[in-house]
Amino acid sequence: MASIPEIFETMAYGPAPEGAGPARAWLDGHERRFGRFIGGGWTAMAGESFETLNPATGAPLARLRQTQPGEVDRAVRAARAAQPGWWALGGHGRARYLYALARGMQKHSRLFSVLESLDNGKPIRESRDIDIPLVARHFYHHAGWAQLMARELPGRAPVGVIGQIIPWNFPLLMLAWKIAPALAMGNTVVLKPAEFTSLTALRFAELCEEVGLPAGVVNIVTGDGRTGEAMVAHPGVDKIAFTGSTEVGRLIRAATAGTGKKLSLELGGKSPFIVFPDADLDSVVEGVVDAIWFNQGQVCCAGSRILVQEGSATRLVEKLKARMETLRVGDPLDKAVDMGAIVAPVQLEKIQELVRRGEEEGARRWQPSWSCPREGWFFPPTLFTEVAPAATIAQVEIFGPVVVLMTFRTPAEAVELANNTRYGLAASVWTENINLALDVAPQLKAGTVWINCTNLFDAASGFGGYRESGFGREGGREGLREYVRWEWDVAAAGKRRTRTGRRAAGKEAAAARQSRDGRRNGGRPASPALPPIDRTPKLYIGGKQVRPDSGYSLQVFDARGAVAGEVGQGNRKDIRNAVEAAHTALGWARVTAHQRAQVLYYLAENLAARAEEFGHRIAGSTGDAAGAGREVELGIERLYAYAAWADKYDGYVHHTPYRNVTLAMPEPIGVLGVVCPDTSPLLGFLSTVLPGVAMGNTVVAIPSAAAPFAATDLYQVLDTSDVPPGVVNIVTGLPGELAPVLAAHDDVDGLWYFGSAEGSAEVERLSAGNMKRTWVDYGRGRDWTDARQAEGEEFLEQATQVKNIWVPYGE
Amino acid sequence: MPDPVPARLITPSPAASLEVPVAPRNPGMPLQLEWVEEVRVNRSAVERRAATLRTRRTVKQAWQAAWLLRAVTLMDLTTLSGDDTPGRVRRLCAKARVPVRRDLLDAMGAAHLPIRVGAVCVYHAFVETAVVALEGSGIPVAAVSTGFPAGLSPLAERLGEIRASVAAGAEEIDVVITRAHALTENWRALYDEVRAMREACGDAHIKTILATGELATLRTVARASLVCMMAGADFIKTSTGKEGVNATLPVGLVMARAIRDYRERTGHLVGLKPAGGIRAAREALDWLALVKDELGDRWLRPDLFRFGASSLLNDIERQLEHFVTGRYSAAHRHPVA
Repeated sequence: MASIPEIFETMAYGPAPEGAGPARAWLDGHERRFGRFIGGGWTAMAGESFETLNPATGAPLARLRQTQPGEVDRAVRAARAAQPGWWALGGHGRARYLYALARGMQKHSRLFSVLESLDNGKPIRESRDIDIPLVARHFYHHAGWAQLMARELPGRAPVGVIGQIIPWNFPLLMLAWKIAPALAMGNTVVLKPAEFTSLTALRFAELCEEVGLPAGVVNIVTGDGRTGEAMVAHPGVDKIAFTGSTEVGRLIRAATAGTGKKLSLELGGKSPFIVFPDADLDSVVEGVVDAIWFNQGQVCCAGSRILVQEGSATRLVEKLKARMETLRVGDPLDKAVDMGAIVAPVQLEKIQELVRRGEEEGARRWQPSWSCPREGWFFPPTLFTEVAPAATIAQVEIFGPVVVLMTFRTPAEAVELANNTRYGLAASVWTENINLALDVAPQLKAGTVWINCTNLFDAASGFGGYRESGFGREGGREGLREYVRWEWDVAAAGKRRTRTGRRAAGKEAAAARQSRDGRRNGGRPASPALPPIDRTPKLYIGGKQVRPDSGYSLQVFDARGAVAGEVGQGNRKDIRNAVEAAHTALGWARVTAHQRAQVLYYLAENLAARAEEFGHRIAGSTGDAAGAGREVELGIERLYAYAAWADKYDGYVHHTPYRNVTLAMPEPIGVLGVVCPDTSPLLGFLSTVLPGVAMGNTVVAIPSAAAPFAATDLYQVLDTSDVPPGVVNIVTGLPGELAPVLAAHDDVDGLWYFGSAEGSAEVERLSAGNMKRTWVDYGRGRDWTDARQAEGEEFLEQATQVKNIWVPYGE
Repeated sequence: MPDPVPARLITPSPAASLEVPVAPRNPGMPLQLEWVEEVRVNRSAVERRAATLRTRRTVKQAWQAAWLLRAVTLMDLTTLSGDDTPGRVRRLCAKARVPVRRDLLDAMGAAHLPIRVGAVCVYHAFVETAVVALEGSGIPVAAVSTGFPAGLSPLAERLGEIRASVAAGAEEIDVVITRAHALTENWRALYDEVRAMREACGDAHIKTILATGELATLRTVARASLVCMMAGADFIKTSTGKEGVNATLPVGLVMARAIRDYRERTGHLVGLKPAGGIRAAREALDWLALVKDELGDRWLRPDLFRFGASSLLNDIERQLEHFVTGRYSAAHRHPVA
C-alpha cells in the first residue's frame, strides 16, 4: 500500500471498494444455489443447471436452474390461476402491493446494487445511483397507475398472463420496466431474466414473498434461450414483452405470428449523437461519456454514432481524447471507476471482433494510453474516426464501449445521416439554439430524443423504438397500452367462443374472380337502380387513376350473385408504385392538423353530395337498401369524427424528475398499409383509412375484394376534396395476394389487416423483415357501425407512435 | 466457493512531482472578442457533470488523508471580517505555520512534509501585521485590495490600494471585478480594468474575483473568466465570500474549463481559487477531484489552485484525527486559528 507521503506527492486515486459482504452472505445463505419462483414458492434445485459468473473476475457466483418447458407450463398455469384474483383486487389493492415493492426495493437498495454489480459487472456507482433508484421509481409510479386505472383508462381490461424476457444489461431495471406496468394493469407475469444476470431477479422474488404478493402474480424462471422459446410458444401466454437483440426479436415476431399474442419489442439501436457547432463542446464531451461509456456501452440506446459538424470535429476529437485519458476502468465494486467489466467473454469477443473489422475497413482506432485490468473481462473506451457510413462499425450495433465519429455539413445532412440506419431507438442533439433543436428533433426517426443530454430515463416517460428497434413503449401513459385490452374486445371474445365458424374463410376469393375465368354475367338484367356495368375503375395511385400493371381485371358480384362490374387486379408492382407514391406524399405529416381536418371535412361534404349514388352502390353489393343509406350517413359521421380528432389527439408533457420538459408527441408512423374489411364496404374502408390519414400518415389501401366499388367510387371524391396526391392510394385486387407484398415491403412502416385468421398470421410473420408495426384482427371482425369498437383512440393509438423529447432548460 | 478477487485498478497517469517548477505567470493577451462571444455553456449539462463528478470519484483511507494534507497546503487561510484585529491576524498566522497537529503528522508518517497553508489572506489594513507574523515561514500574504467586497470605489483609489498593499509586503492581491462590466457584457471595460490592476500589482500575483453569485448565468461566468485571463490574471477566483451564493461546483467547473480552454489556445497556465462556503473536508475532496479530472494533476499545486477558506481547516483536522485514531474528533481538540 502506498504511503501517505507518496500519495501526497502523486495525488493518485486509490481503491474505494464497496463492501460485498452482505451480498455474499445472501448468496451463501442460499448455498449459492437457486431454484425458480413459481406460484409463490421455490422449486427444488434439481436437473439441468448452469453457473452465473462475476465478470470482473470470471469466478462463479451461484448455480441456477435451467427451466424446462414443462416447468414453464407450471409457471404459466400459476400465473393464469392468479390473474382473476389479482384483477379483482382492484386498483387500490394493486397499488398497495406495488407501493410495498417500491418501499422494499428502497429498504434493500444497497444489497440489490451490490448484487447487480457483482453479477453484471457494471460500476457500483451506476447500480447504486441509476439502476436501483429507477427501479424503485418505476414501482412507485406504477402504484399510481394501478390506483388511477379505472379513472384514467376507462374501457380497458388486463391482457392476462404476460411472458416477459429481459436482457442482461440492466437486469433489475428491465425487470421493473416489465413487471410494474403489467401488475398495475391487473396482469400476472412469468419473467425470465437473462441467464448471465439472474441474481437480482431472484432477490426480487424474495421481495415479492416478503411483501406478501399473492402467489402466482409474479413468477421468475431462470434459463437460457430455450426457456424463452418455451414461453413464447406457450398457448397460455397472452402477451410477450421482450427486450433484447433485433435478431431474437425477429424470431419472436415470427413465432407469435397469428397466435393473437400481443407483442412489444424493445430491440437494438445505433443511436446518433448529433453535435452542432454552437454546442457547449465540453458538455458534449461529458454527454459522450454518458452516451457510450455508460454501462460499458452495453446500452441499447447508447449514443454510438457521433455526428459532428465538420468545422467542430477536430476540436471535439481532441477534447474527447483528453477526456478518455481520465476515465477509470476497473473493479465494478470500486466507487471511483467509470467503467466496469463486460458481461461475458462471448460479448467481449464480439466487441473485439467488430473493432478489428473497423480497423480492417480503414477507420482509425484510438484508445487511451492506460491499460485495462488483465483478469476479468474488460475493454477500454474506444473512439473510431475517419469512419464512412458504409463501414460495418457505422451500421452494426457493437454493444460495447466503442463510438464512431462522422461529420456532416448542414442540419439537413445531419438528419439524413442520423436516419441512415435500420434502427430508431434514441437520438441526442447538442446545440444552444432551441430553434435548431426543436426543428431537428421531430425529423429524427427515434422513440426518444434527448436535447443537450443523453441516456436519461424515467418511469413517467415512454421509452421504445421506431423501425427495427421494435415497437411498444415502456413507461409513461403510453407504456400502459401494452398491458391492456379494450373491454369491448374482451366481451366480443366471449361471444365468439359460442359462435364459431359463421364467418367463412376465403370469402374474398369466392366473391371476386378474375374475368379471364370466363365466367360471365349470370344473365340477370342489371337493376335499373344500379349504375351501369361498364364503369371499370382503375387503381388510384399518387392521385391519379392508373391501369393495373397486370392488365387483368376482377369481376365483382352483387348481392344476388350477378356481375356488378369489374375492378383492376393490382399486383406487386402496383403495390410498389403505391408505396413510392405514399412516400412522396409524406409531407402530409407536416401539414398542420387544422389543415388535415379541413381536408377531411371537405371529403365529408363531397361524399354527402353524392350520398345517394354511394347508397345505391352499397345496396347493390349488400342487397340492403336501408342499411346502405345508413352506412353512408355513418361514413360521413366517421369523416367528421376523424376531422375532429385530427387536431385533438394531443401528446403529453410528462412530469419527469429533472429540470426539463419531456414532450411525448404522437407522430405518424409513416407509410401505412391498410387491408380493409369485407363487411361494410364504405364504412369499413373509411374506418380503417381515415385514422391514419388524420394523424398524418400516408396510406396504401386494399379495399374489400367483395365490394370494392365503395372505395373506387371515392377516387373522384378524393380528387375534388384537396387530398394531396399520394396521401391515399387504393389498389384493388385480391387481398390474399397483396397483403403479403405490403407485409414484406421494407419501406412500409405499418400494416393494418382486417381479414382472415390465416392472412393475419401471414402478415405478422412477414412483417418481421423490417419489424413494421402490424395490427391484425385474426379474422375476428368487428361491428363497423358501432363507434365504440370502430372509431377512436384504439385506432389513433395504432396510427401513431410516441416520441419523447427531453428538453432540459435553465440559463 | 472462493470469493472473487477484485480486479486491480488501472495505474494512474503519472502525477506531477513536488519539484515541479512554479508555473510562469500568465502574460495575458490582447482582448479577443470573437473568442469571448463564441463561448457556450449549457447549464443543465454542467450541473449534471458537477453532480455526478462527486459520485464518480472518492478517496478513502490513506488516500483521503494524503489528499486532505494536500488540501491544507492549497489553502488561503482567510480572515475578512469587520472586527479583525492585529491579535486575531497574528493568531491566524500562527495557525498557518502549523495547520495540523504535529502528533497527527507523526502518526501519518508525514512529519517531514512541508505542511503549511498556501497563503494568509487579509484586508489591506493587516498586511504588515501578517507579513511580520509570517516572517521566515515562506507563506505569502494575500490582500484583498480593491474596495473589497463591492469593488465600486473609484478605479484610481482601487489601484492605489493595490500599490499600497504590495508596498506593505503582500505578494498576492485578490481583486474584485466590476460586475456591471460583465453583466452588461462590456468586455472591453472589464479587460481594461483588470489589465490596469495587473500593472498595479507589479510582481505580486493577481487573483481576479468574479463574484460569480452576482453574475447571473454560467455563460457570463465563463466569458468573464476568459476576459480576466486575457487581461493577465494569475488566478481566477469565484467569490468574495460575501455574495449570497459562493463557490459552487458548477461554477468551478465552468471556470476550470475556461482555464483549460485558455491553456489549449495560448499555452499559459492560470490558477483557480474557489472561495466562500467551502467548510467540509468532503467538499474540499470534491474540488480536488474536479480539478484533477478537468485540469489535470499539474493544477493540484499551490501555484495553480487555492481554496479561500477559514473554517475548512478545522474540519480537515478532525477528519485527519479520525483517520489516525479511528475515533470521531471534536473541533476543540485542534488549536483555533
